[in-house]
Amino acid sequence: MRIVAEKLSFTYNKKSKFKVDALKDVTLTIEEGSFFGIIGHTGSGKSTFIQHLNGLIPVEKGFLTVGDINLSDKKKIVRKRYKELRSKVGMVFQYPEYQLFAETVYEDVAFGFRNFFPDADKEEEKRAVFETLALLGLGSEYVNQSPLDLSGGQKRRVAIAGVLVAKPEILVLDEPVAGLDPVGKNELMKILHALHENGVVKTVIIVSHDMDEVCENCTEVAVFSEGEVVLSGSPKDVFKNTKLMNELRLGVPITGQLQDSLSEIGVEIDTDFSRDDFVEKVVEYFKNSK
Amino acid sequence: MQAIEFKNVSFSYGDGESRKEVLKDFSLTIKKGSFVALLGRNGSGKSTCAKLINGLLVPTSGTVTVFGMDTKEKGNLFEIRKRAGMVFQNPDNQQIASIVEDDVAFGPENIGVPRKEIKERIDYALLVTGTEEFRHSEVARLSGGQKQRVAIAGAIALLPDILILDESTSMLDPKGRREVMDVIRTLNREKQITVIDITHYMDEAVEADEVCVMDNGVIVAQGAPNEVFAQRDLIRKSGLELPVSAKIAEMLKSAGLPLQGEILTKEELSEKLCELLRKN
Repeated sequence: MRIVAEKLSFTYNKKSKFKVDALKDVTLTIEEGSFFGIIGHTGSGKSTFIQHLNGLIPVEKGFLTVGDINLSDKKKIVRKRYKELRSKVGMVFQYPEYQLFAETVYEDVAFGFRNFFPDADKEEEKRAVFETLALLGLGSEYVNQSPLDLSGGQKRRVAIAGVLVAKPEILVLDEPVAGLDPVGKNELMKILHALHENGVVKTVIIVSHDMDEVCENCTEVAVFSEGEVVLSGSPKDVFKNTKLMNELRLGVPITGQLQDSLSEIGVEIDTDFSRDDFVEKVVEYFKNSK
Repeated sequence: MQAIEFKNVSFSYGDGESRKEVLKDFSLTIKKGSFVALLGRNGSGKSTCAKLINGLLVPTSGTVTVFGMDTKEKGNLFEIRKRAGMVFQNPDNQQIASIVEDDVAFGPENIGVPRKEIKERIDYALLVTGTEEFRHSEVARLSGGQKQRVAIAGAIALLPDILILDESTSMLDPKGRREVMDVIRTLNREKQITVIDITHYMDEAVEADEVCVMDNGVIVAQGAPNEVFAQRDLIRKSGLELPVSAKIAEMLKSAGLPLQGEILTKEELSEKLCELLRKN
C-alpha cells in the first residue's frame, strides 16, 4: 500500500483563539516497502500527519490515499472502510506501554486480535498471539505474566505486539525508542528491521528526533517544519543540506558534522552519512594520501 | 554540607513473594553544586533513587538526607521538596493546570511565594526554557517536547537548590535538548544548583562533572566521564554504550586508522581526525 498526500492541511481549534495550523499543504508519497523516517522539531506537525494515516484525524483539506482507500472522500462509504484501514495501518503511539491494561500479556495482545478478527476461534487467536509475541522476541514464558512485571523495553514490545497482531501492512511508530536504555533501543530497532525484511509488515514509518538513528536506519526521510514538508528523499539527499538542517534546529548526524569540519581544512569526502560509509571513505582517503 | 547523602540504603517494592529489591545497601554522596549524571539500564534503580531524594519514597533501611534533613521525618518533607525540584520523564504525570502559565505558577504558589515574585519567576522560567510563546496556550494542546519544556519551567520556577531530571529531555529534538541542557548547566554554574541528570543519552552524560553507573541496585562505577567510559567492558556489561563519537572512533581504529588517545566527544574526534588527515 502506497501512501499519497497532496496539499493536506489541518487546523486545530479552528474557531478559537487557540487556533494552530498544524499541517499546511503537505505533499508527500510514502512508497510501499520503504523504511521511512519522519523528522522535525517538536510541534512541527509530525504527529498530526501520522494520525491522518489511519483516520484518527479526518481529512479536513487536501487529498490523502492509503492504498486504494481515498480518505479525502467524505462519503459514508469511506467511513465504513475505516475499520479496514485501521487493520492495515497499525499505529504505535509515544510511550505505548502506558496503554497496557490487561492482567496478562496474553490478554493484552489478544484484545487487539479480537478487535479485528471477531469471528476467529480460540485456536486461531492463540496461534496469532504466540506468533506475534515471538516476532517481538518474547517467548511463551511471558504470556501469563502481568505486563506490569516486565522491563521497560519488554512492556513496549508487548504494546507493539498488540498492534502487530492485527497483521497491518504498514506499521507507524511515534518515537519508538524514546526512553529506552541503549540495549533496549538496539534490540527494538533490530526487531523492526527484521519485521520489515521478512515481510511481516511491508512498510515501516518511524517518527524520530534523532538524526543519527534516522540516518542509520531509514531508506527515505521527510523533514517537517511548521506544518510543511521542507525536505524529502534519501538520507543522503536530506542531510547534505547542512545549513538548512541547522536552521531548522535539527542538525545533521555526527558523520555529517565531522565531514563539515574536514571540509574546512580542505579534506573533501563524499559519504551517504552512514557510519560504515564514513569510516570506509575516511580510511580510503587516509591511505591514498600517504 | 553535602547536598544529598544516601547511607546504606535498601529499598524494596511490594512484600511477600512479589517483593522486589531495587536498591541494595546503596551509598552515594552528592556534593553541593555538582552536576552528576546517573546512568544505568531500565530497571537498574535510577528512578527509585530520584524518588528517594525528595521523599516520594522512603528507604526500607538506611537513611537519605537532603542538606542534612532526613527524608524519613515527615516534618522535613515540605522543606525538602521546596529545595529539591523534580522533573519526570512523562510530563503528563506532573502537569495540573490547563494553561501553561498557571501550570508553571503552581509550584511557587504552593510554597507561598509572594504574588509579584511569582510573576517574575514565571517570566524567567518561560524565557530560559523557550516557552514564552506558549504562555497562554492550553497544556493539553502542546506537543510532547513542548510539554517537557513546560515541566522543566515549572521546576525552575521553584528556584530549587537541587534539580533532579529523570529522563526529562527524552522527547526533545536535538537542538531543544542542547538548549535545555545549556540552561541547566548555566543554573548549575551561576547559582550552584546541584543537578542530578538521569539519562540514556551518553553524549549528555559526557558533559557532567561526575558519572555514576548503576546496575542491579548498586553503583558499579563512579568518576569523571573519561574515567568511567574508558572501562569499555563495564559499560557494555551495564547495558550502556559509548557516546556516538567514541563509537565512530572505535570503528575508525579497527578499520586501521591510527587515531591516538581517548576520544569521547565530537570535538575531540573532529580535532584528531583533522590533525591526522591534514598531515598527510
